[in-house]
Amino acid sequence: MASTAAAQPGLTKPGNNSLARRLRGGDEVAWLITLLFATSVLAVTALLIGELWLGSAASREKFGFAFLSSTMWNPVTDEFGAYPFLYGTVVTSVVALVISVPIGVGAAIYLSELAGGKWSDALTFLVELLASVPSVIYGLLAIFTIVPMMREFIGPALKSSFGFLPLFQGPVYGVGYLTASLVLAIMIFPYIISVSREALMSVPREQREAALALGATKWESTWQIVVPYARLGIIGSIFLAFARALGETMAVTMVIGNDNNIHTSLLSPGNTIPAILASEFNEASGTYHPAALIELAFVLFMLTLILNGCARLLILVTTSKGSARA
Amino acid sequence: MTARNLYRKGLNNVMLTLTGVCAFVTVSTLFVILAYLVYNGGKSVDFDFFTQLPKGTGELGGGMANAIVGSAEIIAIASLIGIPVGFFTGVYLSEWGGPGYCFLVRYMCDLLNGVPSIVIGIFAATVLVKPLHHFSALAGGFALSLMLIPITAKSTEQFLSEVPRSLREGSLALGAPKWRTIASVVVPAARKGIMTGVILGVARISGESAPLLFTSFNNQDWSNGMRDPVASLPVMIYSHAIAPYDDWHRQAWAAGLVLLTLVLIANIAARLILTRGTTTRG
Repeated sequence: MASTAAAQPGLTKPGNNSLARRLRGGDEVAWLITLLFATSVLAVTALLIGELWLGSAASREKFGFAFLSSTMWNPVTDEFGAYPFLYGTVVTSVVALVISVPIGVGAAIYLSELAGGKWSDALTFLVELLASVPSVIYGLLAIFTIVPMMREFIGPALKSSFGFLPLFQGPVYGVGYLTASLVLAIMIFPYIISVSREALMSVPREQREAALALGATKWESTWQIVVPYARLGIIGSIFLAFARALGETMAVTMVIGNDNNIHTSLLSPGNTIPAILASEFNEASGTYHPAALIELAFVLFMLTLILNGCARLLILVTTSKGSARA
Repeated sequence: MTARNLYRKGLNNVMLTLTGVCAFVTVSTLFVILAYLVYNGGKSVDFDFFTQLPKGTGELGGGMANAIVGSAEIIAIASLIGIPVGFFTGVYLSEWGGPGYCFLVRYMCDLLNGVPSIVIGIFAATVLVKPLHHFSALAGGFALSLMLIPITAKSTEQFLSEVPRSLREGSLALGAPKWRTIASVVVPAARKGIMTGVILGVARISGESAPLLFTSFNNQDWSNGMRDPVASLPVMIYSHAIAPYDDWHRQAWAAGLVLLTLVLIANIAARLILTRGTTTRG
């Protein structure tokens, strides 16, 4: 309605041509405004990368690539190495995936193959709500539930049954790698489930029906036909969850134990890149301590960048395959 | 043959049941979290929590009035920056989208979306805190806006591009210029979807504490303005949960319950808006 009224004067009165032209010129203005905002996103992201690169310059020059393999972290003598934190970050995330992937993919199979439309949507909504729970609340809950449980039951039980493995030795404090992994595992469920479910649901019906018609059981058709068909999407969801787990800060900081040494045992306290950033960045002073922390942030950024890139690529490949048949 | 078939049937039943168990475990986690938080937080939320300032260590009572107001302040700043930037970026991507530059912008949005929140906090601190030598609500709001921008841009782009061509063409055929078409036809048609995206984004950032640790920091008192450190609920939960005082833990539970309630309400509201807004696709 309004648009016709605005266009009328220009049509009826030839003398008003300049106004009409200016209104059409509004297109250019609108294009320019939105372009400026889009460019600001580009600029701020570039600035982020630039700041991380420049901020870590002192540390990169002093330590070089040895930074990644050194285990020394001593703010007093200005010696810094990333290895204990890299180790902690990767170990907690990988163990979290080991716990989370089978359960998450299982749940995704249930939601896409067995549960009916509305029931599946409702359950998926609840799972996605789980993703909206703030990370600090996971940390709060973990401190008062998982940490004591780990100290009293899970830790001792693992020690008595798998104590011959170096992974489950030493004293149990409650906080540590395994505790952080458990919390992370719960936090990354939603990502694995919702993306894997999408991938499974984009598998064509004919695939399932062909398998069933050949006499396969429901499980055989699911496991041997549907899951392999959607495997790239499922792997993509795992990469996505991996990236999330690597960058997760608050919940991990609260239960990791903040020990800057490397321990083989999963029951020992350790540290991760986000956790050391959270606990030391505000107090860091001098030239090298902040620079080393910013370099850690840069390393973390690159890791998540690569994983997210892989995830996006894999998800893109499966969904385009899925939409191609439709 | 029969033994083989019995095995296959048994495997079928066992595995399918297991997937059901997996789904049950994951969904019930949400209810366990809710129940535990309501149980512990419900005992601790009282009138004082909303009206009083935090008490010093060792003293009983007090509340988190300053953190509630502080969170609102930071989220308001983040929304003021993040929603317009995200929205217009989304409009650009959807309406003037093409290969090349748009691809770059879209890629950068995705990249920004994947940056760990702690890294965003470090970036905001190096840009707005270290040069000015003090923590500020403004820096906190800026950090959170960086997380809000890609979420808003992505949902805006998605819902705008779902608006049918016929609507646009109708408007253009009536002689409306493109900007007019976008402003009075396309955006209103996608209104509900865009609102959903914005609500989800704001809910997401309101629970973030990692970017605030180095930017808005914390404050036991009322803040003196936007250029001062300011308390926020997530950071308060963190500092109270890791402290060794029982009464602080009680406060942390209360704050956790309040925060989670707000976040869940926002999520459910967003869902309701979207399901009632199916007309946008018509």
